[in-house]
Formats: sequence, C-alpha cells, structure tokens
Amino acid sequence: MSVMTFLLRTRGTRRLHWTDVLCYLYLSLGVVVMFAPVLWLVMSSLKSEAALAQFPPTFLPYTQKSIIVPGNDKPLPLFSVTTDDGQHKVMAQVSRIGIMATLVDPAAPETRVKVNINQREPINELNFAWNNFKDLFDKFTFGTYLWNSVFITVVATALTLLFNSMAAFALSKYQFKGQKTVFLLIIATLMIPPTIILVPVFLVINQVGLLNSLWGVILPAVATPTGVFLLRQYMLTIPDELLEAARMDHASEWRIYWRIVLPLSAPALAVLAIFSVMWRWNDFLLPLIVLSKNESFTLQLALNSFQGELNTQWHYLLAMTVITLLPITLVFAFLQRHITTGIASAGVK
Amino acid sequence: MTLLAFLFNLLEPAFRLGQRLLGLKRLGWLFVAPNLLVIGVFCLVPIVINVLYATTGGVNLLPSQRTFTGLENFQILFECRDYSDISTCRKDVFWRAIFNTLQFSVIQVALMVFFALLTALVLNRKIIGRGFWRGVFFYPVLLSPVVVALIWKWLLQRNGVFNATLIAFDWQPIEWLTQARPAFFWTVFVSIWAHMGFYTLILLAGLQAIPRDLYEAAAMDRASPWRTLMRVTLPLLMPNLVVVLVLAAIRAIQIFDEVFVLTGGGPGSATTFIVQFIYQTGFAEQIHLYGLAAAASLALAAFLVLLTLAQLRLTRADEMGAKGR
Repeated sequence: MSVMTFLLRTRGTRRLHWTDVLCYLYLSLGVVVMFAPVLWLVMSSLKSEAALAQFPPTFLPYTQKSIIVPGNDKPLPLFSVTTDDGQHKVMAQVSRIGIMATLVDPAAPETRVKVNINQREPINELNFAWNNFKDLFDKFTFGTYLWNSVFITVVATALTLLFNSMAAFALSKYQFKGQKTVFLLIIATLMIPPTIILVPVFLVINQVGLLNSLWGVILPAVATPTGVFLLRQYMLTIPDELLEAARMDHASEWRIYWRIVLPLSAPALAVLAIFSVMWRWNDFLLPLIVLSKNESFTLQLALNSFQGELNTQWHYLLAMTVITLLPITLVFAFLQRHITTGIASAGVK
Repeated sequence: MTLLAFLFNLLEPAFRLGQRLLGLKRLGWLFVAPNLLVIGVFCLVPIVINVLYATTGGVNLLPSQRTFTGLENFQILFECRDYSDISTCRKDVFWRAIFNTLQFSVIQVALMVFFALLTALVLNRKIIGRGFWRGVFFYPVLLSPVVVALIWKWLLQRNGVFNATLIAFDWQPIEWLTQARPAFFWTVFVSIWAHMGFYTLILLAGLQAIPRDLYEAAAMDRASPWRTLMRVTLPLLMPNLVVVLVLAAIRAIQIFDEVFVLTGGGPGSATTFIVQFIYQTGFAEQIHLYGLAAAASLALAAFLVLLTLAQLRLTRADEMGAKGR
C-alpha cells in the first residue's frame, strides 16, 4: 500500500484530481508499450532453441528438466505423472507413440509404464541459455561484426569531433572573406537528406576505392552540419579576450585552438559525441550499399542479413539483437539527462 | 591524455607553416578545409552527379561510359497508358511506392503529432518523476531501426506473443506481417513507437517555455482547462507544432530502414515506399538501373524542397502573425 500512497502523492497539498489519475494511467500504459517489447526480446534471447519453439511462449526461459537413466543414451525428459489412484510420481519418458507414452521411474529403470499423455505434465525448470551469447562468438564471425561496428563508431566520432570543432573554431573566432558563404554551405547540407544522393555517393566511394572498406562508411559521415552548428553556437560564447591574451604570449593559432577553445567547449563536445556515437552505431542505409562483403558487415548489417535467411535461427538472432541494443541502452541509462536536454535545445537527432 | 596531446602536437608544425604562409586573415580557411573537403566530395559533388545519372541511361557506373538520354528516365518512371489505373504504368511499383508513401505519411504524421502532443501535455503537468517518464517515452528513439524492426518482428511472428494472446482468448491467430492491411498498420505503428519520443521532447520544451503567469491569468478569469488549452497553450505552441509537423513529414516520406527489415516491402508491394524503390532499382536488383534510381531520387528531392518551402512559409506567416498580435 505504501507504494500506492507514494505514487498517488502529489506535489504540495493539492488533492488528487481525476485528471491526475488519468495521466498516471496513460503514463503507465506508456511504460508498458515502450518497455515491454524490449523486455520480451531480452527475456526471449535467454531461451534455448527448444524453449523458443514452445507455444504458447512463456515470459521466463523455462526448459524441461531431463535426467540420465541407465540403459538410455540420451538424457530423458522428466514428467510428473498422475497415476490412476490419484498419486503424483516423477518419471522419465522413454518414448511416445500417438497418445500413449512409455515412462520409467528413474529410481527403478527396469519397470516401464504406459500412460495416456494427458496424465503427464512436463516438469520445467528455469534455464537461462547464456550459450546463445557464447555461441555467437564461437560459431559465427560475430566478433568481426562487433569490431567493425566499434571501429566505425569510435573513429567516426573522433574525426567528427576534430573536423567539426576545427570548422566551428574558424567560423566563430575568425573573420575571413567568404566566411558567411562557408557557414551557409555547411548548414545547407542539413536540407539534403542522404537518401536522395545515394547513387552518386556510391559512385564517389567506388572511385576513391573505399567500397567494402570501413573508411567508406566513416568518411562521408564525419562532416555533420549539426555538429558544426552546435559547436559554433557554443564557441561564440567563449570571450575573445582569452584568445588575445594567448596571442600576446606568442601561442600559435593551433595551440589556441586545442589548448584553450577545445577544453572550454567540452560540454558541447560531449553532446556531439553522444549524438555521433548514436548515429554511427545505428547507421544502416549507407553501410548497406557500401559494405557488401560478409567480413566488412557492421552489427546492423549482420542482423539484417541474418534475419533474411530462410531458416532464421531466432535464438542467435535475438542474442545478437540484445548485444546490439546494449551499448545504446547503457549510454541512455547514464546520460539520459544530457541527451534529452541536448535534443530539446538543438532540435536535432 | 598524453597521447591526445602528442597527436595534436604532431599537427602543430603544419598549422604554424599555414599561419606563416596564409597570415591570420586567411588561416580560417585552413581550419574549415577538412570539413569542407568532406562535404564537397560526399555531398556537393554527388548532387551534381545525380543530375548526370538521371539524364543518362545504361548500366555502367561511370558517368563517362553512360549515354545521354535526356528525360527518358523520367518518362519511364511516369509513363502510364491509362492514368486512372496504376497497373498500366510502365513502372507500376514506382506509382505504388508513391501512393503508399503518401498514405503512410499522412496517417503516420497525424497520429504521431497527436500522440506526441498528448504525451507532452501529460508530461508538462505536475507529476512525480517527470524525468523517468520522459525517459521511458524517449528510449526507443535511440534504438537502431534494425533493432526496432526485429523487436516487433519477434512479437508479431506467427508463433509470437500476439498470436499466443489471441489463441488464449479463443480467437483465430492472424498473419500480422504477411497480409497487406495488418502489415501496413504495423509499419505505421512501429515507426510511431520508435520516433514519438523525439517529437514529444521538442513539444515539451515548447510547453515549458510558455510563461507561467499566462496560466495564472487564465485561472483568475476562471477559464476551463479545455479553454485554457485551446486559447493559451496551443496558440503559443504553434511554432513548435509547425516544426514538428514538417520534420515528421520529411522523415516519414523518407521511411526506409525499419520497414525494410520488418516487412521487406511486402507482402507484394503493400509496404514498399519510395526510398526502398530507389534502393532496389539502384542496388538490390540484378541489373543496377542507376539512372532510374537517380531520377526517382530527384523527384523525391523536388517534393522535399516543396515541403521545406512550405515550412518556411508557415513559420514566417506565423512570426508575422505573432507581431500583429
């Protein structure tokens, strides 16, 4: 009950209005709709192949208990059998023909009993199939996909921060001819969705010999107009006197850039870094056309090609999906406030 | 940190030289050069080449090996024997993709803006744990389109949890993703599920910027909550609503990733949208028809430009309206 009183408490002395109740109902429904599908995916990824095949599906990963009975090669599944006199007995099933099943008592393997299948209930136990995750690395080239994704994300983010901050520095701290044009040109690319220049970008990447190379995904992505804009607006607030003082001390312009302006822009850089990690980790269309060889696949591409196979091995696919959403979820859990305020202020995604 | 310092120091001589040669006045160019180079090579040049592709035919990738065909690609795309019947068009999939995209965009944007607004209004009330609730609605925005599609594909598959629920209530299971109507519904639903949090956030920021005293004044005048919403909140939120509307429309028209993984454009071409058409003609099919794909993307670009102009118009009209008030 204390939970309820906590939830129903409102700020101040205001009493709970019926509209408040409605709001909390809506929000709770939102939690279910937004989180339940993800939770279901995570729970499913912990099921073994056999548990996934069970219908109707259960929330927790149950599998049937089994036992090794002397005289049988394979472990036999365990059942709880209701005998004719109403007693329950734990027995292992040897075989099943039609509606009749042959079972043995594990304690006395010699005596076999035939019962109707309606008289037996499988004995389930909680069994987390961590092997799904382990197998990804052992059986597949999953490590390569993971590495490709991490490499692209890290390198592209580093380059994005460097290139964008350099441009932002020039656009906020210098006055040079054509500065306005450059700024407008960069911002104008915001208007050009990557989808409509797909074919020529493919040609350019092909011509510079970056097809099937991770750099072919990294380089086109590093000059984000959003990043330049975000950083420029932030750097404008850094007082020019600081730069003048450094010039008095004969610091070179490059030194001023990376010793003074960059450290002072750390908050904006952090926001851009979060965005960039998100963008690059989740990228799909550009990698899809640039990377066509299996060994250069990113996680997203691997997921896509894996799910397209005729016999989708869901237990592996689910585990792979969970690993793919894990980093983003961690970033979100720790940096939620930065992300949401960053987006609210910049209006970008 | 020392490694970082080392790397930055490596670049120092180059910039010292640049500073000596260019002087302080033109040094800015050196700083914007890398960014400009990337934008030029991967964005500006492609825009020009796109026109080249759209006006040439053949299957060669190199523009120099392609033959000039003028507007033929556009003719192929738009030609129909009978314009009242899509199946008589030369590229009927293109027309279907256009209609699907329009239908999808109208429904999805309307529902998305409605629910984003509703959620933002709820989150803007005095509620406990606002940060948590906001985070809940925002979380799917961060997930990759492929992951989003797989999450829902798993729920909607034949033996998935949705059908299990139906059977538990003694109803017939439904093929959610291999029948045209349910598949279309789920593409709309899943894309709203994945992106709503972003628009909610923008609207919430707009709501929080509305001055408190206006609400106090409305309360003084004993305005009903409904009247306050219609006469105070919504008019003041209009600029944000327009931004959300246009952003959502531009994104909806370019829908690709989630749907591609969720339904693959099927069944048939029931959920094939325009970007998928471009991708398939240019890259996925046996013969890569780059010219046709480029022509289709130019058509798409023209449409998006129109939308952006409409946005500018709307926002400007709105600003003038605000001044007039």
